[in-house]
Amino acid sequence: MKFPIYLDYSATTPVDPRVAEKICDCLTPQGIFGNPASRSHAFGWQAEKLVDEARANVAALVGADPKEIIWTSGATESDNLAIKGAAHFYQRQGKHLITVKTEHKAVLDTCRQLEREGFEVTYLDVRPNGLVDLAAFEAAIRPDTILASVMHVNNEIGVIQDIASIGAICRERKVIFHVDAAQSPGKVPIDLAELPVDLMSFSAHKIYGPKGIGALYVQRKPRVRLEAQMHGGGHERGLRSGTLATHQIVGMGEAFRIAAEEMATENERILSLRNRLFDGLKDMEEVYVNGDLENRIAGNLNISFNFVEGESLMMALKDMAVSSGSACTSASLEPSYVLRALGRDDELAHSSIRFTLGRFTTEEEIDHVLSQVRSQVERLRDLSPLWDMYKEGIDLKSVEWVAH
Amino acid sequence: MAYSDKVIDHYENPRNVGVLDKESSNVGTGMVGAPACGDVMRLQIQVNANGVIEDAKFKTYGCGSAIASSSLLTEWVKGKTLEEAQAIKNSEIAEELALPPVKVHCSVLAEDAIKAAIEDLQSKQGD
Repeated sequence: MKFPIYLDYSATTPVDPRVAEKICDCLTPQGIFGNPASRSHAFGWQAEKLVDEARANVAALVGADPKEIIWTSGATESDNLAIKGAAHFYQRQGKHLITVKTEHKAVLDTCRQLEREGFEVTYLDVRPNGLVDLAAFEAAIRPDTILASVMHVNNEIGVIQDIASIGAICRERKVIFHVDAAQSPGKVPIDLAELPVDLMSFSAHKIYGPKGIGALYVQRKPRVRLEAQMHGGGHERGLRSGTLATHQIVGMGEAFRIAAEEMATENERILSLRNRLFDGLKDMEEVYVNGDLENRIAGNLNISFNFVEGESLMMALKDMAVSSGSACTSASLEPSYVLRALGRDDELAHSSIRFTLGRFTTEEEIDHVLSQVRSQVERLRDLSPLWDMYKEGIDLKSVEWVAH
Repeated sequence: MAYSDKVIDHYENPRNVGVLDKESSNVGTGMVGAPACGDVMRLQIQVNANGVIEDAKFKTYGCGSAIASSSLLTEWVKGKTLEEAQAIKNSEIAEELALPPVKVHCSVLAEDAIKAAIEDLQSKQGD
């Protein structure tokens, strides 16, 4: 076993060696290094062909037409282009947007920027399981609502939103629907030919492709219009100027092609590992799963060990790489806003650990993680005055704490 | 976050973990912080007839530097008079452990904890 064990696949994935090989073929003088926009020679033509193949591979995994795929620098840029681009284009029809409190910052901060520009944004609560309440969503739509943005899979708790139903509501009410799907390709089947989604953001580095590349799906029928956010040479039909990064695009294409081939068996394998991990932990006292366990991607287990603080637990779990919703892991000293949005007590957010499993996770690693987590939680609970109080039967909510 | 070797040492081998009898007249208990804030420290001191701290115990729910700050404090207060213990400043703890700026509040909490323990003891002995 190699240490530390990587269990942070929702933060980023390593590049699949098969992908890395394709990337390397696009860099050196012997490789396909040309500018895909060069129309006058074979270097350009060859690069353009690779970009077209990659575009077709990305489109194929998500059931889109290749013409509907716009390359960007990543899901953050895709979110910005989709939300600002549509808001700016359609602002004469209304200036109201809807999103959800558990969205990624790339969506939330983009909405904040639009608020500064005079738009109004509704930030919807989620149910305690992390899923959007469809009735509440529909009720939030106003005559001047132009766009709604709801993520497909949550990065922290891994829950899968019902984008088909939310999209159907948007269609009926003539609201443009954007989905941040940074975390879902290869994990959840996506068929944009059927899904009522107008705009969808993708990332390569969550699916064993390279960092620094992503894509935005822009539906053609009916056509969704965007105002470009990046101006220049008119690449990507004028929606996103800038020389195409052939090697990264090729990497994203290959990553999506592999996912299309392997996702069914891969998710089955990862789910059995996740179940092995959860089965090994769930008999412990005061352990809570954050977010819905059924509507969740195979690789995510976000779990709170009550009375143990997350950062200190991560420090104890030094031979594995995980993340926590604890305040102490963030510069702001605020616990995870996603976990707070579930309505959980702050202490459960402080006590949370996110394990995200992936392509290279092994059973041996999970078994090691299990024994480490169990013994370290026990050790830290022995150190915890809250655990003592819980064991004495004191209701911690009845205690008057000296907040600081 | 990269912690100093001293923080890691106290975190991995915390000193004086435990509980003293909080009902005892020569034991003072200070509990500070709140679960919702992510750290709670319980610090206890036991004094002898001369007013010297002869034992100290702690338990802490919190991050590595909160655990280290309270562990270090228990080492420091042993053998000190209440006046000397009262004079310990959070900046000394932060300096000794080389806490990063974002973790300085952990040392503040430790200072609050010893002050609360002393206050508890004095209120008991004043009765």
